[in-house]
Amino acid sequence: MNWPILSVITFLPLLGVLFILLVRGDDETALRNMRWGAFWTTLVTFLVSLLIWAGFDSNASGFQFLEERSWLGAAATYKLGVDGISMPFVILTTFLMPICILASWRVTKRVKEYMIAFLVLETLMIGVFCSLDIVLFYLFFEAGLIPMFLIIGIWGGPRRVYASFKFFLYTLLGSVLMLLAIIYMYWTSGTTDIIQLLAHPGFTPEAQKWLWLAFFASFAVKMPMWPVHTWLPDAHVEAPTAGSVILAAILLKMGGYGFLRFSLPMFPDASLYFQDFVFFLSVIAIVYTSLVALMQEDMKKLIAYSSVAHMGFVTMGIFALNRQGIDGAMFQMISHGLVSGALFLCVGVVYDRMHTREIAAYGGLVNNMPLYACIFMVFTMANVGLPGTSGFIGEFLSLMGAFKAAGWVAFFATTGVILSAAYALWLYRRVVFGKLTKPALMRLPDVTPRELATLLPLVILTIFFGVYPAPILNVFGPAVESIIKPLNEAAAAALLLADASLK
Amino acid sequence: MWLLQQADAVAALPEIVLAVLTLALLMLGVFRKGDPSDTVTLGALIALGITALLVIFAADHQDTAFHGALMVDTFARVMKVLALFGSAAALALSVSFMKRDGSQRFEYPVLILLAALGMMLMISANSLIALYMGLELQSLSLYVLAAINRDSARASEAGLKYFVLGALSSGMLLYGASLIYGFTGTTGFPGIAAYLTNSGADLGAIFGLVFVIAGLAFKISAVPFHMWTPDVYEGAPTPVTAFFAAAPKVAAMALITRTMMAPFGAIYPAWGQIIIFVSIASMSLGAFAAIGQTNIKRLLAYSSIANMGYALVGLAAGTQEGVQGVVVYMIIYMIMTLGSFACILSMRRKGHMVEEIADLAGLSRNNKGLAFVFAILMFSMAGIPPLAGFFAKYFVFLAAVKAGLYALAVIGVVTSVVGAYYYLRIVKIMYFDEPKEAFEPMDGEVKLIAYASGAFTIAFVLPWIASPVIAVAAAAARSFY
Repeated sequence: MNWPILSVITFLPLLGVLFILLVRGDDETALRNMRWGAFWTTLVTFLVSLLIWAGFDSNASGFQFLEERSWLGAAATYKLGVDGISMPFVILTTFLMPICILASWRVTKRVKEYMIAFLVLETLMIGVFCSLDIVLFYLFFEAGLIPMFLIIGIWGGPRRVYASFKFFLYTLLGSVLMLLAIIYMYWTSGTTDIIQLLAHPGFTPEAQKWLWLAFFASFAVKMPMWPVHTWLPDAHVEAPTAGSVILAAILLKMGGYGFLRFSLPMFPDASLYFQDFVFFLSVIAIVYTSLVALMQEDMKKLIAYSSVAHMGFVTMGIFALNRQGIDGAMFQMISHGLVSGALFLCVGVVYDRMHTREIAAYGGLVNNMPLYACIFMVFTMANVGLPGTSGFIGEFLSLMGAFKAAGWVAFFATTGVILSAAYALWLYRRVVFGKLTKPALMRLPDVTPRELATLLPLVILTIFFGVYPAPILNVFGPAVESIIKPLNEAAAAALLLADASLK
Repeated sequence: MWLLQQADAVAALPEIVLAVLTLALLMLGVFRKGDPSDTVTLGALIALGITALLVIFAADHQDTAFHGALMVDTFARVMKVLALFGSAAALALSVSFMKRDGSQRFEYPVLILLAALGMMLMISANSLIALYMGLELQSLSLYVLAAINRDSARASEAGLKYFVLGALSSGMLLYGASLIYGFTGTTGFPGIAAYLTNSGADLGAIFGLVFVIAGLAFKISAVPFHMWTPDVYEGAPTPVTAFFAAAPKVAAMALITRTMMAPFGAIYPAWGQIIIFVSIASMSLGAFAAIGQTNIKRLLAYSSIANMGYALVGLAAGTQEGVQGVVVYMIIYMIMTLGSFACILSMRRKGHMVEEIADLAGLSRNNKGLAFVFAILMFSMAGIPPLAGFFAKYFVFLAAVKAGLYALAVIGVVTSVVGAYYYLRIVKIMYFDEPKEAFEPMDGEVKLIAYASGAFTIAFVLPWIASPVIAVAAAAARSFY
């Protein structure tokens, strides 16, 4: 392909922004034009991005669809490209965006700004996964804060101001340290090109530790890992439905993507050194936040905590530093993107009708919303990690990797699986089963065709990838292999060093 | 031309032209019947334009004037164009304001021209005498400008405060200059540099250096010499504040950069640590003290203190990258500041200026364009990519990390997060809060400057804008090497 396909899908949403800006007026027709404009933009972006998947050579381990242009002289270039690790995230992003726009059809407050914020956010998210220059990466990574800040702050719930500030400042504080690490890497290696940095990382073990910590500060907050996860429940609860979906499905994945793209291959010695530290945090995240999730009264908050627990599996899998663990983590991230996004959509469905997220306000929905109950169940099961859903593959593989790396981690993490079953099923029971006693719930209509259109693709993919995960696993196989290689070398070197010091 | 050559003043042609035009405009103002302020303002803008063109199209090589008292190199030319542009923009911002206020006077543009002349001398200063002359010409004009609105007690107070503290700082600067002269035996920068290179840093010269830095730090309002800034910013008429925050800051930063890099470059360790301290103090105080402000002009005063701290991060590195960082920072800072003040000048209800941050509530509903520009500028000031402010910070931290100043860099980025809080607060008030009564429509020139500044801030990320700016800054930085 000799046209810059990655630039096209990255900046295509901005064309939609232009269109929406040109729409005049506030009447119903104008609003409809804006909604459809945003929807078609995201849909076309998704369709174009499928060309990447089609043209992607999954046997090659390097980057594909490369583009390069000069930008800031030596200090940064405009370079795009995808490999097996970033490509699935690009598709995930473009796939979820039309769904988010559809889910926001009922937004009536400042529709123009709303759609623009989401389209800008899409550009920035795709940019994060496509950039092959660390400064460019940082640019997209940070810029995403602006639209998300506005989305939470303008269209959020009652405590939106607090949540938006917390989200913004927390993530910013994590990221600025990464910026300094990026600058240090530039001066030490003389390049900001990710491909060259991956090929010859060559930072001294001492420097690696500091760089690793700086990147960790950013990605751990984004992930989010215990104990810096506290911004997430607030942001999730207050954000509008589509905002929560984007937050859970894509923004959180940037942390995991960052670990795989930078921390592991560029600082292999430090990753080995900090392995136990990450394991420790991951296990606490899995067990502790699962327990916290059990006690939540707010549906969104419960799912938010469950996200933190699931991200614990991801970090555990990544830092198992072996093929199974990283495969599992990657799969878990994709699957969680589908499932948690869908769960927030499910909450959105009832929230739109009842305007409350209190679990206690619901009960017995199965009686008058059977279709809803059925869809909700698929995602609850996927969240639990039931075999046959995509949630299972990821958890299983990352547990396997962790078991290989350190048995105790797998032991504690597995209790998390049980706990996740506990909170997810209990939530499902309290909302869907039981007698339909509350008068307000009596006349709730079942899911509308529009809502079904948002949820059905997710149902299909969740089950499809649960039964047949190969299409995804094959895509990132070679890329994961190339991440493992320097890690194994570092491990061998560390072993050699230990032997030598014993003698 | 022959006369200029005899006086060794060829390189100072732009300054001479500006001085002549200024005096001509002053005569015009004094002797013309009726209200000459419009004519003089227009003339002043033209004079600034002519001077800028003379600077831009001057011969592109290093040159001195008045037997080494003034130095004209790429650095000087870049900073001069910037200062002239800032002065012209501030003058343009004041036109409608002064008219509505009934306080238009022909002295106002003349004073701005005199200040601009002082700035040009400061930027080119290549000896301690020239440095002091330029500084005083600029400062005296600024003292009068701060109090130009004679009937306002606030403005008079601001002018007086500025004058007293400014005189004190000038005194310190002179004291330091005399010590340096006494110990090095010369006032010329090349002579001082040669002396320090040969005999190293002797105590007397360092003593003098400390006083000179104190005097210069006052002019860029760096902590601990910042006390005048919030009061003067708040008290002076808003267009005057816009002027204070833009061009003189550029000139003073250029002056401190040249003074450190050229004569004292050999004893970097001696001044490097002072600059590091001043930089950290400015960034921290600027970030924390701004949190509690309710007046938007005071808030921007603290913001400019913090911004000077970031610019000094580049200087603290004491390298070519550092100077490049300072130049990039000042270019972006000046444009963002002019835009912010243009936004503040639009805060007008029932014919009166309002200055409380709370008055901005819900602006995004009443005036989408203004709110958007202001929000962009605030995000940019906070250093969020892809806006221009991010690149400004990126280039100074690039220099600091290369020079191994890790602690300074870490403190810098952490205070930028604290600073982000108060910039976000403005965005929050404009976008999240319920709207108040709408502002009156913006004046044409104010709107133009606000929108142009916002457009620059967003579009800076494009290679067609970023690359030339960075290349110009790099060329300027090469002047010292």
